[in-house]
Amino acid sequence: MEMLDYAFMQRALLAAVLVGVTAPAVGIYLVQRRQAIMGDGIGHVALTGVALGFLTGNNPVWTAVAVASLGAVLMELIRWYGKARGDLALAMLFYGGMAGGVLLINMSDTGSNANLTSYLFGSITTVSESDVRTICVLAAFVILITLGLRRQLFAICQDEEFARVTGLPVRFLNLLLAVTAAVTVTVAMRVVGLLLVSALMVVPVAAAQQATRSFGMTMALSVTIGVLVTLSGTSYSYYEDVPPGASIVVLAIAVFAVVTALAAPLTRRRARRAALEEERCALEVATHRVSATGDARV
Amino acid sequence: MASERSEGPAGDIPGAAGRSTTQRSDPAGPSATGPEAARPGDEPGPASGPAAGDTKAAARERGEPVVVVRQARASLGSRPVLRGVDLTVRRGEVVALLGANGSGKSTMVRALVGQVPLTGGELELFGTPRRRFRQWARVGYMPQRTTAASGVPATVREVVSAGRLARTKLRWPGRGDRAAVDRALELVGMADRAKDSVNALSGGQHQRVLIARALAGEPELLIMDEPMAGVDLASQQVLADALRQQVARGTTVLLVLHELGPLEPLIDRAVVLRDGCVAHDGPPPKAVGQHALPGHDHIHPHAADAAEPIRTGLLI
Repeated sequence: MEMLDYAFMQRALLAAVLVGVTAPAVGIYLVQRRQAIMGDGIGHVALTGVALGFLTGNNPVWTAVAVASLGAVLMELIRWYGKARGDLALAMLFYGGMAGGVLLINMSDTGSNANLTSYLFGSITTVSESDVRTICVLAAFVILITLGLRRQLFAICQDEEFARVTGLPVRFLNLLLAVTAAVTVTVAMRVVGLLLVSALMVVPVAAAQQATRSFGMTMALSVTIGVLVTLSGTSYSYYEDVPPGASIVVLAIAVFAVVTALAAPLTRRRARRAALEEERCALEVATHRVSATGDARV
Repeated sequence: MASERSEGPAGDIPGAAGRSTTQRSDPAGPSATGPEAARPGDEPGPASGPAAGDTKAAARERGEPVVVVRQARASLGSRPVLRGVDLTVRRGEVVALLGANGSGKSTMVRALVGQVPLTGGELELFGTPRRRFRQWARVGYMPQRTTAASGVPATVREVVSAGRLARTKLRWPGRGDRAAVDRALELVGMADRAKDSVNALSGGQHQRVLIARALAGEPELLIMDEPMAGVDLASQQVLADALRQQVARGTTVLLVLHELGPLEPLIDRAVVLRDGCVAHDGPPPKAVGQHALPGHDHIHPHAADAAEPIRTGLLI
């Protein structure tokens, strides 16, 4: 535990916890809507934001928040109006974001390929004190939205048409979710990196839902898995000097494999029991139905 | 709202609204007695219980239109789907929208709830033009779905609770809201499955969950798009009972159906669409022969027809 003596490590671990909470908390809605890939796209676009920060001498976290939010809102608008050519427009946005980022970062004086790698795959040594403060504020926003509005967001991601007819401000909530996802990407980019952000949004949710029946439980379990893998992955990176993004995502996929292996026999047994019960039920219902209709006729 | 009880719709389009209420009780069908002539003999729907019938008849006396559609036109792509549909549903009525696939019945209800834009005509809900209508808590909507599941597991209760958002909106739900969700679950007989994942349900149970979701907001008007699609007969009966209880409480119902089935005794009036036009507006068409049998499963002997050699008259 000597790694806790280092201030940079304390900051990295704090950032890791916040990433572990926020990424799955937003990711669950994207997975629910079957848009798991959206986090990836926002990550690509955010790179342009980071590069703009370098180029203009501003804090890259804030420029990334701005550009990623813009990109996320644009993706949401494409989803509304795009219809047939929507997927191509999204692809253009993704690749444009990535290419623009690499281009701009190489044009700037302060940006270098080492810098680029640290943003793409995460780094434990580069989380500065001001970064931590920014990340705390942004993470608080994400947690507030994803937990505070979970019923509303659940409804729009479950069945958008139905949600519109309940009179919820569906467009506003969609945009809010898009911006929240963009903010989460920038919270996570320091630790996990922009290329692997999406994995941390999706994989803990995919693992959790192997073992859960409710949305609430899936949310709780995926956040738990998220914190577990970000903390252990960051620690591993301290000892082995690998980018934390890589170790975190490999760990998350390992957890997915373990949960799936454990849950599969369990669900099979549950299904078998349910099938048995149904068989028995069918016989009972058959006798029951006769008496029920008999009563009704009397 | 009561002030909206004007003669507006009937005045604008002669007979459109008036005919719809009166023909319902006139078994002779379109043999036109004047709109007012059928009134005295007005009987409640065929099989609604006596108590429910009385309140419903009383409600219909007030006759406040809940849904008014005038000359609605809509197209999907370049294909016109609605070509001037008139439809009025009055408070307490149960109206079935019937028609073949592609006749526009689903588009009609989706236009009503604002999911399909109209290219012409007018829509009113509770006397307010659809565009300015904001009281969505008064409307319960059941979209056409084969499943209540999505990408992440959710329990029956979680899905049904989403329907309560019509009342709570962005506010935190209270005890009354949870009680309303409980009642909706009980009404469709899913209370004992509340904590189960919707992924583990049968087709009929999915539809029951979707109905409960529409009822959780305690709506005055229930709009349902093919609630019986893919539902086994036992579940259809449960759904029909749930609907009967809801109608007895005075809920107005507009539902899209492929065939009347176990819901038939509940239906006051049937509107049949054909190619985007109203082909019939009056008492529900009586099922005849094979179709009338309970449990008729709608399998036609097309296969037998196909086995016959095709006699074109050229070669044979």
